[in-house]
Amino acid sequence: MRVLPVGDDALLVEVSSGEEARALHTELLRRRAEGTLSVREIVPAARTVLLDGLTDPSRLATELTTSEVPPAPPHARETVELPVRYDGPDLADVAAHWGVSPEEVARIHADTEFSVAFCGFAPGFGYLTGLPQRYDVPRRATPRTSVPAGAVALAGPYTGVYPRSSPGGWQLIGSTDTVLWDHTRVPAALLSPGTRVRFVPVGSS
Amino acid sequence: MSDHALAVVRAGALTTVQDLGRPGHAHLGVPRSGALDTPAAALVNRLVGNPPEAAVLETTLNGCTLRPRSAVTVAVAGAPCRVTVDGRPVAWGAPVHVPAGALLDVGAALSGVRGYVGVSGGVAVEPVLGSRSTDLLSGLGPPPLTDGAVLPLGSPTRPHTRVDVAPQPAPPTELVLRVTPGPREDWFTAAAVRTFTSRMYRVSAASNRIGLRTEGPALERALTRELPSEGVVLGAVQVPPDGRPVVFLADHPTTGGYPVIAVVRTADLPAAAQAVPGTPVRFVSVRRR
Repeated sequence: MRVLPVGDDALLVEVSSGEEARALHTELLRRRAEGTLSVREIVPAARTVLLDGLTDPSRLATELTTSEVPPAPPHARETVELPVRYDGPDLADVAAHWGVSPEEVARIHADTEFSVAFCGFAPGFGYLTGLPQRYDVPRRATPRTSVPAGAVALAGPYTGVYPRSSPGGWQLIGSTDTVLWDHTRVPAALLSPGTRVRFVPVGSS
Repeated sequence: MSDHALAVVRAGALTTVQDLGRPGHAHLGVPRSGALDTPAAALVNRLVGNPPEAAVLETTLNGCTLRPRSAVTVAVAGAPCRVTVDGRPVAWGAPVHVPAGALLDVGAALSGVRGYVGVSGGVAVEPVLGSRSTDLLSGLGPPPLTDGAVLPLGSPTRPHTRVDVAPQPAPPTELVLRVTPGPREDWFTAAAVRTFTSRMYRVSAASNRIGLRTEGPALERALTRELPSEGVVLGAVQVPPDGRPVVFLADHPTTGGYPVIAVVRTADLPAAAQAVPGTPVRFVSVRRR
């Protein structure tokens, strides 16, 4: 674990794997809930957790480098089921990358248990991990100027669902009607770091 | 809509509703947003008797024109400008009475970029995640003002303050930004680190509420591999592939995949919000507190 100071009141804690980042994030949330950690933002990401708005960052830095982080419990969170049609325009390209048929892409994707590693890019956009590394795919060479809301997409090791229409360079394999982000709903974000996700195929087009 | 409202006659180049923003949701990908020149926004609220969390208007370069439907107290601060009520000059940086139906014109910035218009009662659009701020990155909050729009106002809670002159810093002719190094200084060559804190940059016209972009010597990376996305803070100086530093402002993305060479002191960001394109920028390395 490496603890990097960020400005005057933040720390970036770097670990060596997504699993370690998840364990660290879980532990930091636990400490905040029990009142032993005062912090404005806890932002997990691929290999890091950012702690922003700390009152004594140097003391916490020392403490973190000398303490053990317990492994994250395996089933810490509820599972969200997202009905999906595997009808994306890049399904054939992804199938070619994987070396399988488009139907097989759908089967493998729907059989995978995902969890939200972190959020970013847009409110409610989760970076979902769970696919084995051999299914990593590159981003599209040319990003689309408009990806529709509900598009289910792949890039690198991640699956994501676009919460609203936006430009995007991910490979689109399907679509869902589920609303990922609604600021009038509590909570506004359907997916937050740690949420487990399954894609459930519905009648394809 | 009730009489307690503000009709937008001329929206200006970019006028948004801003308050203290919505910190605490970065883990969901929600930017903090909020007024860029925080002391100026706080000042106009204080002048009109509003609490600090009341929403104000943030104008960009050419002001805006408003017609309140009921009598209000208004204060304009931030970028200095001419202010008139029904064509008659009134004070800038002080509370001003505007009768019901009168025309309040906030003129073009004489220097600086962003003007702040505080109105007694505050702008009372519906809050989103606890804030009324327009977030131009993610689209949360009310859209930027348009001609003909009508904004609801809250009820004044306290009388305005009585001041003759409220001191305000002048917009910078040279922007000096104090930075603490890292978290990814080691992703750059030693020469790039020296260049960053010794050479002059200029504010780019491509700057916006998301980031202050700069023009100047490109910073060369020592590590060219891809950086996995990581959380970023307000004031982070991110270096995209073109090598020109970008200072993250209120609407910045919550995670980023380009290395952050240093972080600007929060106290120096209001001046960054007022630096016009072409303003010289110097990054000065300081010790962490």
